[in-house]
Amino acid sequence: MDRSEILKVINDIFIETLDNEEIELSEDSQASDVEDWDSLSHIQLVVEVEKHFKIRFTSKEIQSWGNVGGMIDSVVAKL
Amino acid sequence: MKDFSTLKKNLKKDFSNLKKIKVAVLGDTATQFLVQAIRGEGFEEGFDLEIWEADFNQIERQVLDHTSELYEFNPQIVVIFQSSHKLLGKYNKQKPEKQNQFALGELEQIKDLTSNITGALEAKLIYYNYTEIDDAVFGNFANKTPGSFLFQLRKLNYELMCLASENPNIYLCDISSVQNRLGKVDFFKPSIYINTEMVLNIDALPAVASATVRLISALQGKIKKCVILDLDNTLWGGVIGDDGLENIQIGSLGIGKAFTEFQYWIKKLKNRGVIVAVCSKNTESVAKEPFEKHPDMVLRLDDISVFIANWENKADNIRQIQSILNIGFDSMVFLDDNPFERNIVRENIPEICVPELPEDPADYLEYLYSLNLFETVSYSKEDADRTKLYQIEAQRVSNQKKYTNVDDFLKSLDMYSLVEPFNKFNTPRVAQLTQRSNQFNLRTIRYTEADIERISASGEHHSFTFTLEDKFGDNGLICVVILKQESSDVLFVDTWLMSCRVLKRGMENFVLNILVDFALEMGFSTLKGEYLPTAKNAMVKDHYADLGFEEEDDSWILNVYEYKRRRNYIKPKKELQWTEVKY
Repeated sequence: MDRSEILKVINDIFIETLDNEEIELSEDSQASDVEDWDSLSHIQLVVEVEKHFKIRFTSKEIQSWGNVGGMIDSVVAKL
Repeated sequence: MKDFSTLKKNLKKDFSNLKKIKVAVLGDTATQFLVQAIRGEGFEEGFDLEIWEADFNQIERQVLDHTSELYEFNPQIVVIFQSSHKLLGKYNKQKPEKQNQFALGELEQIKDLTSNITGALEAKLIYYNYTEIDDAVFGNFANKTPGSFLFQLRKLNYELMCLASENPNIYLCDISSVQNRLGKVDFFKPSIYINTEMVLNIDALPAVASATVRLISALQGKIKKCVILDLDNTLWGGVIGDDGLENIQIGSLGIGKAFTEFQYWIKKLKNRGVIVAVCSKNTESVAKEPFEKHPDMVLRLDDISVFIANWENKADNIRQIQSILNIGFDSMVFLDDNPFERNIVRENIPEICVPELPEDPADYLEYLYSLNLFETVSYSKEDADRTKLYQIEAQRVSNQKKYTNVDDFLKSLDMYSLVEPFNKFNTPRVAQLTQRSNQFNLRTIRYTEADIERISASGEHHSFTFTLEDKFGDNGLICVVILKQESSDVLFVDTWLMSCRVLKRGMENFVLNILVDFALEMGFSTLKGEYLPTAKNAMVKDHYADLGFEEEDDSWILNVYEYKRRRNYIKPKKELQWTEVKY
């Protein structure tokens, strides 16, 4: 699975979890770019991404992400 | 069970027609998700839970300061969630020599919180018990080491049960059992806890919310009162009509064990006061044979309040059971192994609860445990006698057929009623009736035991309880009236409710005669009634009109001086002392 495919999957998870059809993520997207992506919903997003890819992020990884690209880095490293 | 995302989506739905309940949630960890899950789950159960959430870790400040937002909000329900992780944190700081006393010290602090709340608010308190953490410092030896954390945690859970059993306004929400059911791996996720101060995993939230809302729902009087059972392959293995008495599976061997254990469970429910009825496609005499003759049957005919076995449609039969028992379909559970029958019943009677029993009877019990269908908030001696009461009612119905004239029938019953004010003996039953009665209930105000005690002690209330016995048996305490002095002339009927099993016996007339006698004796000129409609109490819509009250604005007025005594055939069991009633 390449980065763009992973991005698409993550995009779908965001749409489902935040209940917002209009979300269109890029690797550069940050929390401030997406409505309702706050510290609270972030936890839910992380859990959903983990569940989907059947992986576990470490606390350090979660804290290191500056944008969606960072999250994809962590996914790629574990697949 | 719905997942958290689904519950969260509920928050955007229309709550406007749902019953509003004010709930305060206080936690020592982050509770935002829990609050969302509880409100979303409330929607599923038909409630608009208006939730006020205390700021993180503010429990003591909010509870001990009576000018805080908690008291200003004035909730009907207060939920307190102190987590095992914070408990462990406190334990870790104890000096080893004090660890033995840790649970009792915590208990004192909890008592301080609960007594502040129950003393200052008319709220029910829901306290989450502690999920187990085994810190593995002692291994299994923790179980014989009073100072170990596991020992102290379990002791605290035990002490909480004792506290709750003594205090009618404190209810425990058993999230420790929820964790046992889900498994700790799914219940608690260390990374979420470390990063966010939330101790509940996302996947555990629906189960915890459900346990909480079930309790709230039971406090609102929504409880299951009756279980209706199919027989073949539900209560025993095999088909009695085909296999015969010797070949049905029940007892200690093989799959028979599953049915025996299932029957013990039903028996315990029956002993607790849940009405057990049978609805089976069978010839009646054949269906009854195992109950009468099989040595391994746990349930016997005298455990069953209504037994219907015929070849008619089950939905019609369940309607007949409902008409005999006189309780709402939404308080009934129907258990049947056959998906076809389940669907017919579900389609015809949507209010009834029809669990999707697993295919393998070995799974029945664990599945039913997980549904937690029989949540309740009270238990009294009368519950245990309920089966007999309904059986007597069935006898009475057949006796009535012999009389063509109602008056003759009522006279023949030889009825007596004991009239008493609230006292410490009848308080649990009175509170329970206010919780359970939906149909013959003019204002449907729910009271707890503590409320009833407060009313007894209040100078401006007058309380009446009525029993009814006849030649067939004693119905026990079946009617409650609370009068409130509205002015020096007027007594307002705050509560008038009656158990539906004594309908059409002239009880209303007897009660009103007593109330008027009381008013005259005490120098009041007027009784004032009010009917507050609910989804269930249309039965008493014309109650006051039928009794000769006159409508005035939204109330019903009776001038006691002009009252003509109403006919009935009930005799007081002993002369009434008004001084008893007056406080």
